[in-house]
This record gives sequence, C-alpha cells and structure tokens, in this order.
Amino acid sequence: MPASPCSREQPGEPEPGGARGPALQMRGVRKVYGSGTNEVAALDGVDLTVGPTEILALVGPSGSGKTTLCSIAGGLLTPTSGTVVVGGSDISRYNSRQLTDFRRNAVGFVFQTVNLVSFLTARENLLVVDEIGPRTGRRARQRADQLLEELGLTGRAGNLPSALSGGERQRVAIGRALMNDPCLVLFDEPTSALDTHLGEQVVALIRQEMKARGTAAIIVTHDLRITHHADRVATIVDGRIADAGT
Amino acid sequence: MRIALRELRRRPGRFAVATSILTLISILLIVLGGLLDGLTASNTGALRSQRGELIVYSADAESSLVRSRITTAIRLEVERVAGRGNVSGLGSVQVGARVPGRGPRDLVPVVLFGYQLAPRQLPEVVPARDEVYADSSLVARGVRRGMIVRLGQARSAVRIVGFLDDSRFSGQGTLWGSLATWRSVIAANRPSERAGAGVEQALVVRTAGRSASREAAAIDRATAGATRTLTIEQAIQALPGVSAQQTTFNQIIWVTIAVGVLVVALFFALITVERVALYGVLKAIGASSRTLFAGVVLQALVVALIASAIGAAAGIALDLMIPVGGAIPFSASAARLVTSTVYLVAAALVGCSFSLRRVLRVDPAAAIGAGDA
Repeated sequence: MPASPCSREQPGEPEPGGARGPALQMRGVRKVYGSGTNEVAALDGVDLTVGPTEILALVGPSGSGKTTLCSIAGGLLTPTSGTVVVGGSDISRYNSRQLTDFRRNAVGFVFQTVNLVSFLTARENLLVVDEIGPRTGRRARQRADQLLEELGLTGRAGNLPSALSGGERQRVAIGRALMNDPCLVLFDEPTSALDTHLGEQVVALIRQEMKARGTAAIIVTHDLRITHHADRVATIVDGRIADAGT
Repeated sequence: MRIALRELRRRPGRFAVATSILTLISILLIVLGGLLDGLTASNTGALRSQRGELIVYSADAESSLVRSRITTAIRLEVERVAGRGNVSGLGSVQVGARVPGRGPRDLVPVVLFGYQLAPRQLPEVVPARDEVYADSSLVARGVRRGMIVRLGQARSAVRIVGFLDDSRFSGQGTLWGSLATWRSVIAANRPSERAGAGVEQALVVRTAGRSASREAAAIDRATAGATRTLTIEQAIQALPGVSAQQTTFNQIIWVTIAVGVLVVALFFALITVERVALYGVLKAIGASSRTLFAGVVLQALVVALIASAIGAAAGIALDLMIPVGGAIPFSASAARLVTSTVYLVAAALVGCSFSLRRVLRVDPAAAIGAGDA
C-alpha cells in the first residue's frame, strides 16, 4: 500500500516534545446547505485542532453538525469556506479525485452501522482498502494479518460478517480503518448498535489501538458514558464549537 | 475488481436470473444464426464452391442460373477478355433422383451440375460421361459411392464416384458431372430446355489476380451488354430468397440483441440501486467511481461469457443432433459461435453502461449519514 502521508517512523512512539504537527486543524470552517433564504449553516466558523496522537470525543445534540464536521475532516465533504489541514495537507480545495486519494491514504473511517462488505471474509474486508487503490499485495496481506492478530481476530479471519458477533464486526471495521496507517481515524457513533458492556469494550479497544499506534481519532458520539476514554471532549452546538475541552 | 469477482463466486444466486435470461438469449442468437447459416449454406454451396471469382449470365436471365443461356459466340467474346484458359462452362438441371433402397415414388430432389472447372474439393479432371460426384448431404438420403442413381422421368443413369461437402443449391443436394452428362440428362428429361452443343447456362471466370469488378465490367462491355457478370458474392445475393432470408433473420437477431441490452441494463440498474450503501462505504474509504464501475463491467462481462459458453455448447449439441441435409437447415459454425458471443458481450457492456451515471452519483458522504442534499 502507498505510504500514508502521515506515516510514522515508529508507530506507537510519538516524537518527543510533540514534534509531529496536529492531525487535524480546522480554521473558520463553514458548511452551508441551500442558498438565499433557504440557506442553512451546518457548520459556522469552526476552529478545532486535534493533536497527532489525541483522541477527541465530539458530542452534541442531534443536528448540531457533528457528522458534517467529521465528514469534512475525512474529505467526504468540502467546506464552503475556511481551511482544513489533515496530516499537514490542506485539503480544503481538493477536487473530487484528490479527495478520493486522500481518503484512501490518509484517513480511516468506522461507520455507525459498521458497513462491512457482506460477501467478504474479515480478512478480505481489511484487504479491500488495498484492492481499491494501487495494489501492494504481500505487504497488505501481512498488515491485514498483523491487524487481525492485534485485534484478537486471527481465528475469525476467514469468517463472513454474518458469522461474526457485533463486537467482532466492529473490531474488523477498526482494522479496516487502520489498514492504510492513517493520521486520523473518524468514528461515527461506534457504540450505537452495541449494548453498554460491549460499547465500553469497543471504545476501550479503540483507545488501546489508537494509543498503540500513535494515531489521532475523533469519536462522534451521543453516549456520554464512553467519553472518559477520550483525551478531550469537545461539544458542538448549532454548528459551532461550544466547548473545545481541555 | 477482485471484490466483483468474489461477489460473483460467493453470491451466484444474485446473478442467476440475469445469467439464465442471457443464456436463453445466447441460445436464441446461436439458433437464429445457425438457421440462417444453414439456410444460406443449403442455397449457395454450389456457388461458394466455385474456384472462379466471376460468374457470367446472359443479360436476359436476370441473374438466374436456370434462365441463363450462353452461346458459343458470347463465350468467345468472354474468352477474349479473360483468357481462354480462365473461362469454363457451367450448367444445371433440377431433377428427382431414384436412389436404390428407397421406394419407387420416394424421389430425392437433386440439382445436377455440369462443369468444366472443378469445384473446390474435386479433382481437376472432369469425371467421365454419366459419372458424378455427390454432395455429402445426400448420404443421409441413402446415396453411396459406386451406386447407380436414376435421374428424372427418363431415369437417366449416373454412377456416384465420390463425394464433396457443402455444395448444396436451392436447398437440395447436388451432383457434379461433365457438361456432356448435363446435356444428356437435360435433353432426356427436359426436352424444351435442351442446350445445344456449345451452349452453357453460365460461365465461371477466373480473374487470375486482376480486379474482379473491372474484369466483370470489361466482359459485359465486350459482349455489348449480352451478359451480366457478377462476383460470386453478388451471384449468391441474387439467388431468389437469399437476400430476403438474411435480412429477415438479421433483423430478428438485432432485436434479440436489443432485448439482451435491455435485460443487462435493467439487471445492473437494480443491482446498483441495491449497492448504493456499499458503494458509498467503498467511496468513503477511497474507491474511485472508475474502480467501482470497472467491477460492474467485469461482472457483466463474466455473466455474458458464461451465458455465451452455455449457448455455444447448446449450439454445438444441436449441430451434432441435426443431420446435414436434413429437414432443419442448421449449421453452428465457429464463426457464428464467435460472432454471437461478441454480440452478447457487446450487449452486456452496453447494457451495464447505463449504470455508470448511478455509480457516479453515489455520494460517499451518505455512508456516514451526511450529504450535500
């Protein structure tokens, strides 16, 4: 697989003194839907920085702009104005093709509904990340096997998603998000489909995996019971960061 | 691409309906094409087996071998243009043949050709009088080497000295002998159509590397319009019904291909709608529309090739089951099988291309629950 733009020399060992730049920097980001009198600002002047190894929990009421912020940080949407820098690259003005490359190489996503490919095994779901871009073959297979081992899924590598438990599916999704060695992983309500106990386990695993790799993460959640696993909790209300946390 | 192939392998049921319909379309294409080829072959073999490039009819015959008569004087004019060694006479007569072992009223319709220039597969030396080669389709009617067959009401006896393939004419098996044999049979059985000494029905001309169209024009000029000279292909198209048959069958084939395009378009349109969420996720993690559409094309290609392979196998089985020269003129040639496969694959590619717009429109932001709308 192509090297991630934010690849670390030694994963899991952040540079002393925080020499590596922030994983995400948003400055004055606005995202407006519609026009004229129908104009709705989903994000309105958002300033947010996420450190290179930081885990940020993003909370806020429904419709506050959490998902829009996450989508802009992950290159799924482009901002109407403002700048977005991920892993040192300003993606604010990237065209569609550049955003596709950016998503493939620099960020990882874990979606609310997991969204594994149902006809691929756990291992193949990880390898999808390699197969949709310039293929690296053996390197990708080695990385997939390593991730599956680290996530405790070696014995389940050949199983289809339908044969996996909810927690195992979520772990496969985390493995897929880490396949491209991203500088930032975006989790969209990762515990919404899990019970309290399993949700707790999954978020603990997320923290463990992110910290082990020195990878930054934003966890979008409604569930305040899991925010203690984050380094910082930011609150967004009506498209503005009401509390950036400390 | 691998994802698309894995889906085909692991979810074969999903593609079963489309594959089944395309298989039926493939079989229909091959059957229609095979019938067309069989009909064409059974009507045109005698002309296609000629070694010459041009055929000369009398102008008043309207390109019909049966009506045409070439006199000695006209032949001399043609020889002056084409060279004497390149011009040979041809005659034909349709008669009923009494074949030993068949009932006295169970006549086998045949066309007896008299020739000077041997058709392909036959030795250059013309057989002796009352000796003929037979088209191999007549074997199914009981004709055997060495057998005496009696032709027409006059029961003119000819002896079978060998066989040649694919030389049928007007849907009938053919016999090939000397012009003298032809003259004697036509004189005995069709006195009103008798051809005098030196008179032939048509001339077969070898162009010896010269331009066939220029040579044909030169011949017709030299005979002052008394002849109409055609290339073999033109002569085939001028045969009664051949052109109409080909047009009709080809129209049915094109309609069948259009149905194939529609089936694939509908199938992949439905399957793409089902996959919107999956495509959204794949785009979100970095798949390009081109990669996703390439997967759709690959699946359409594989489905079409599987359908074509089954269709081709059915066509070959049908070809083996149906006897040559039997009641059903069917021929599954390699060219027809390849052409039908190419048509079906092209139909599949065109059909699946209608899904391109839908693939392009899948918004990756939808995977995470955000979108521009």
